Amino acid sequence: MSRSDIRPDMGTAILAQQKTERRNRLIVNGLLLLLLLVAPFAVYPVFLMKILCFALFAVAFNLLFGFTGLLSFGHAAFLATGGYTTGYLLSTYPGLTTETGIIAGTAVATIMGLAFALLSIRRQGIYFAMVTLALSQLVFFFFVQSSFTGGEDGMHGIPRGALFGAISLDNNLAMYYFTLAVFLACYLLVQRIVTSPYGQALKAINQNEPRAVSLGYNVDRYKILAFVMSAGLAGLAGSMKSVVFQLTSLNDAQWHMSGEVILMTLVGGLGTLLGPVVGAAFVVNIEYHLSQSAFRDWVDPILGGIFMLTVLAFRSGIVGEFQKFFKKKFG
Amino acid sequence: MRTAGIHDNRTPYYVFASGGVGSMVTIFGVPLAVLSGQLLIGVINGAFYALLSLGLAIIFGLLKIINFAHGAMYMLGAMATVVLFDAFGINYWVALFVVPVLVGLVGVVIEYFLLRRIAGQDHIYSLLLTFGAALLIQGVLTNFYGVSGLRYAMPDVFKGGMNLGFMFLPYYRAWVIAVALLVCFATWFMIEKTKLGAYLRAGTEDSQLMQGFGINVPLLISLTYGFGVMLAAFAGVLAAPIYSVTPIMGSHLLITVFAVVVIGGMGSIGGAIITGILMGVVEGLTKTFYPPASSAVIFLVMVVVLMCRPAGLFGKEA
Amino acid sequence: MKTSNKIVATAAALAVLAGSAHAEIADDTVKIGYLADMSGTYRDLAGPNGLKALEMAIADFGGEVNGAKIEIVSADDRNSPDIASSTVRRWVENDNVDMVAGLVASSVSIAVSDILEENDKLGIVSGSAASSITNEHCTPNHIHYVYDTYPLANGTASAVVNQGGKTWYILTADYAFGHAMEADVTRVVEANGGEIVGTLRHPFPTPDFSSFILQAQASGAEVVALANAGADTTNAINTASEFGVTQSGQTLAALLLFLSDVHALGAEAAQGIQLTTGWYWDMNEETRAWSDRFLAKTGVRPTMVHAGIYSSTTQYLKAVAATESDDAQTVRTHMMETPINDMFAKNGRIRIDGRMVHDMYLAEVKTPAESKDEWDLYKILQTIPADEAYRPLSESQCPLVENS
Repeated sequence: MSRSDIRPDMGTAILAQQKTERRNRLIVNGLLLLLLLVAPFAVYPVFLMKILCFALFAVAFNLLFGFTGLLSFGHAAFLATGGYTTGYLLSTYPGLTTETGIIAGTAVATIMGLAFALLSIRRQGIYFAMVTLALSQLVFFFFVQSSFTGGEDGMHGIPRGALFGAISLDNNLAMYYFTLAVFLACYLLVQRIVTSPYGQALKAINQNEPRAVSLGYNVDRYKILAFVMSAGLAGLAGSMKSVVFQLTSLNDAQWHMSGEVILMTLVGGLGTLLGPVVGAAFVVNIEYHLSQSAFRDWVDPILGGIFMLTVLAFRSGIVGEFQKFFKKKFG
Repeated sequence: MRTAGIHDNRTPYYVFASGGVGSMVTIFGVPLAVLSGQLLIGVINGAFYALLSLGLAIIFGLLKIINFAHGAMYMLGAMATVVLFDAFGINYWVALFVVPVLVGLVGVVIEYFLLRRIAGQDHIYSLLLTFGAALLIQGVLTNFYGVSGLRYAMPDVFKGGMNLGFMFLPYYRAWVIAVALLVCFATWFMIEKTKLGAYLRAGTEDSQLMQGFGINVPLLISLTYGFGVMLAAFAGVLAAPIYSVTPIMGSHLLITVFAVVVIGGMGSIGGAIITGILMGVVEGLTKTFYPPASSAVIFLVMVVVLMCRPAGLFGKEA
Repeated sequence: MKTSNKIVATAAALAVLAGSAHAEIADDTVKIGYLADMSGTYRDLAGPNGLKALEMAIADFGGEVNGAKIEIVSADDRNSPDIASSTVRRWVENDNVDMVAGLVASSVSIAVSDILEENDKLGIVSGSAASSITNEHCTPNHIHYVYDTYPLANGTASAVVNQGGKTWYILTADYAFGHAMEADVTRVVEANGGEIVGTLRHPFPTPDFSSFILQAQASGAEVVALANAGADTTNAINTASEFGVTQSGQTLAALLLFLSDVHALGAEAAQGIQLTTGWYWDMNEETRAWSDRFLAKTGVRPTMVHAGIYSSTTQYLKAVAATESDDAQTVRTHMMETPINDMFAKNGRIRIDGRMVHDMYLAEVKTPAESKDEWDLYKILQTIPADEAYRPLSESQCPLVENS
């Protein structure tokens, strides 16, 4: 006698629910994709690219914090490393194709992520966060002292170059679709990771680490891998950003940037797939529109207030709260 | 005897020309007299760090709250000192008592209305909540006061200084070290050695039991947070005459102080004091031998210490 | 300078030919974007009051040029080349801004000049100090108007050395700007027979200068020079006062100091400091009259940057009116041909590298006894003529300058 015999209606009901959830998700994703494809004709493309880069950064961060439960206060180091590496290579070697520069930047950030992970993974909670902060401050110091970064002036005049040596990215539309393609690829990658058995293991570690250990998982190795992937994707975000804006500056390496990505992820929805994307779009938009309005001096306090409100009352973030609301209404 | 300095842009090391007090003993090229001066300055700054990290250590050690608003509280102390003087003529000596109490009340309000709602949840959320609160407070004050720095005149009694032979020590700096160490010691004594401290430590470790004994634990918690904030504000009052008073003055200091507390061990009150002074000295030595690194050296120390002693130098928990 | 005259003449001829194709103001609007630090450490030397100075210039000009209206947009760059570059990019790619004014942090101006060059728009830098802006970072799309580190170092350092300060100890902010300033000072001191006995690079920014001032004192140098800016300079001056640096006989030389800084420090802490400035509100009738109007609008006296913004905007609008165009190259060329003698600058002209050269002034901060009100802070000691003050074109690394 199998389980479905005991409660046959329950089994089919669950399957049906999963099917509707998947269909709903597909519809939402499809609509968003359509929106993203036509958006550059209505909105200034560089603004959209800024959102995409930060969305990627937040997605990377969410993989570590939202799904694995590790709060890193040093992710700015990876953003900056990707940006400076790519910027340096593209500026110094004009023959280099853009994607080579970007891949190189991502690779260096990934290696740095491995170094960070090996040094910090044994610590828990606040100690882990503090070690990542300290390491990121050391990376910041390195960038300040190095002449290749241009220091306070920043690394500017980075050429957009040509994709595959053929497609010039100086045109904002071309650059936009390239950025969109990279972003979508990474988003789908993260989606695959999270829904895979590996992703399930991460969630198990997040919820109850001692239990995961007792179940035989090599918890350290899982966490290190998550950290490395998160760092690599953050580095990719930085590399893309340096090409879009043709500039990388120390701003990207400061701990306030680490704080900003935490804000985006939390406000958007920790532990959801779409959350960090929505959060990034939300924060970038608010920053821009406030700065154009009468409230231009109130950007920081307002962001601080939103942060506090999210922690106190809307812990699940925009997407999370929306999902809860949807579930309540439509069962 | 004057030796020409090496001012090549590639070697930013401090180079000394012995025109000063005649000491020919040098350590790594730095005369003993200069080194002594730097060590003393290091201890003075260390006393500052000790005072600030003490408040943080109390709040985390006893309440398990990661107070990322600590820098903002320090800043409020300094700003209140200036504003109260400009608006009401409240002098430095009164400010030393009044300002910490006022800012402490702000702390109590923050604990009661905000932190209490997330009590018992993952510590990370206290970090995030206080981080947001700091952003808010700093942002609002920046709008009203700008960031150019408010001026606060040195109290007349402290103007000038004494010639110690190896350096000129302003009276005010001597005062800072004395009063900071005094307050640190008094606080440590109260928490570790008195009955009130015992109630505090017990109440925060096992609140149900203490509540059973009739002690109002929630009040105790609010007051403890308020006390930690008071220490930060007190440091702010001390800072007003010598440091530039701006709404963001606590922002950079915050992560340095957190580094001190982590190095010392987040649960340890005495550890925070000792580590604070130690880090002030380490920073002072760096300022002598390789100044460009003096802002970053403390993070290097943190990484190294946490590698060897995961709970910090004096900490009890990993 | 014969070569530069030839260049200017050729450029002018070309511009006349090309100008005829562009002799119109695009979409009948002249749009000026004001970009400065509105909330951070450089807020008081330009900031929101700089925007008021810009508005005064436009109002005094009549509010319109040749029938086309004048529009202003503004933004806070928070001293970040990131924010500045994306703001200006949007302005010139999307919002039809013709000229970018203000521009305070040197890193901002350098980053923005790339974007202006790419899009062939004009920038007039009024706040930045780095001399590299018209040296290795020069472009045909910007003008550096008010001052730079070259005359500051030249003026202050040579004056102090010639007054007897032969041995120098330099406190340098450890970033590109500080290093450049240190290099300029070193060159001038040594050229005048002085000696650098020590230098110290402090982190940028530094809240506590006690350790560094102590080292400066221990060096025994006659002069302690501050090769830094903004909060670092004011903090260092305050700490120097606390540790009795000038009382014990050393001279303090601040290489970059604005009226807003001196006002914040107060005459007591800043007295006796020598500095070089491009302009001072109390120099003559003209400057006083304009400063009184500025004071009425803003509540503070203007810094040289505020005055420079007013002057440069007026010059810009005059050039637009004269050439009947808002094309960057046309206007810039006309501005280069027009000498400047107004409330702000005496013997002023814009060179091929974009550098506006004009007379500079050596000033000393008054003692509290000499200072009659909160803004009565400088006494002008001497005038440094335009041709002596700035980097000669023969030493320039700017590619626009043909050095045979």
